[in-house]
Amino acid sequence: MRRVVVTGLGLVTPLGGDVETSWKNILAGKSGAGRITRFDPEDHACKIACEVKMDGSEMALDLSKRVDHKVQRQVDLFIQFGIDAAGQAIEDAGLLDLSDEERLRAGCSIGSGIGGLPGIEKESIVLHERGPRRVSPHFVHGRLINLVSGQVSIKYGLEGPNHAVVTACSTGAHSIGDAARMIALDDADIMLAGGAESAICPLGIAGFAQAKALSTRNDDPEGASRPYDEGRDGFVMGEGAGIVVLEEMERAKARGATIYGEVIGYGLTGDAFHVTAPHEDGRGGFRAMQNALARAGMTPGDIDYINAHGTSTPLGDEIELNAVRRLFGSAIDHVSMSSTKSAIGHLLGGAGAVEAIFCLLAMRDQVAPPTINLENPSEGCKGVDLVPLTPKEREIRAVLNNSFGFGGTNASLVMKRV
Amino acid sequence: MSDIAERVKKIVVEHLGVEPEKVTEDASFIDDLGADSLDTVELVMAFEEEFGVEIPDDAAEKILTVRDAINYIKEHKADA
Repeated sequence: MRRVVVTGLGLVTPLGGDVETSWKNILAGKSGAGRITRFDPEDHACKIACEVKMDGSEMALDLSKRVDHKVQRQVDLFIQFGIDAAGQAIEDAGLLDLSDEERLRAGCSIGSGIGGLPGIEKESIVLHERGPRRVSPHFVHGRLINLVSGQVSIKYGLEGPNHAVVTACSTGAHSIGDAARMIALDDADIMLAGGAESAICPLGIAGFAQAKALSTRNDDPEGASRPYDEGRDGFVMGEGAGIVVLEEMERAKARGATIYGEVIGYGLTGDAFHVTAPHEDGRGGFRAMQNALARAGMTPGDIDYINAHGTSTPLGDEIELNAVRRLFGSAIDHVSMSSTKSAIGHLLGGAGAVEAIFCLLAMRDQVAPPTINLENPSEGCKGVDLVPLTPKEREIRAVLNNSFGFGGTNASLVMKRV
Repeated sequence: MSDIAERVKKIVVEHLGVEPEKVTEDASFIDDLGADSLDTVELVMAFEEEFGVEIPDDAAEKILTVRDAINYIKEHKADA
């Protein structure tokens, strides 16, 4: 099979409108959380989130850079975040000038967990209050999940596979894994792959809060996302996008591209257990990691860093950690594992891709990003290097990235230096 | 009356994201201002909203230029 490498990165996160700003702030141990500004959260049990800043500050995203004025008016924010991150990635890869022939072999696999929930919420109020003739003609295409791939393909003329994964919080990882296979199986030479999300709206926050998934540490937003800590009480919703350029390795080498890493292993499983809770022995996550390692031809001892799913929920963090312990055996002593959700919250469908990018940057800079707010590990989270509070410089040759989603869907990616 | 023309042009500039100079009365929404069929539906909705007129689908189909829109609104606006 053909080998697949990453040659471009794009990020929109609550800690930065681009890759280097986000990464710098992750390593500085900053939190992107705060009281919700997108709407008045006063009536809500959860009043906090990690919002993407658009206020002109150092961390802010400037949508006018890459998203056409008309598109900004027509489509939900998750699509706009995706367009910007895809633009960053393709610019970073130096692939803005593809030939007509190359475009036929270049595609998109950009998904979302939820899609245009804010727009659906708003337009249903318009329908209810003002009737069907006031519903926007842009309503449908401005909310559909596959319209990140659609918009990006139109903007950059990418006529290869056009795909969009919807697997809740494992969307981003599945998107990259699936796209890598499209290149490996010779369906394409170049793929823009990742995930985008923006569901911080009254319906989104209320829905997750009613499912008891969100932290309600409203008086301490920056301390609310605290994976593995005994004080954790749920996740903090994030938003943003992570998109990579995947490229067939020989092609990337021939053109002298910067190679961030090789996507060498991908594992997918289902829990077949419960709609929101993971199986208590973490079997689905365990087998996803096991399959990804097998596909990579690696053993746990080859992995230096794990970017965990680790959402800061009381149940999930320990179940994942126990699955890692069982799979790694004595190799657990050598690995560093952290959750960057502590800093940027849970980007749902964007999470897996954003975290895959953090894994690649960890390999580039030989530093494991921290789990911030991890002050007192809970009883079941002791004895593993969870990179508490500050980053850790260390050798990182290969990484494992876990993403698990509602419905019991699990994805693990293994990437290594080339 | 010129007030109507100015307000129509302002809506077109806002919705289509085009330079104000391009929005002449002869300009065609689709051929000159880059609108697609969805944009024209949205423009008609915005005109209805701004001027409190109802523009039925068969009339909307005949509004192809800035001038067509101005004329329709002049003829149908209650207090024009």
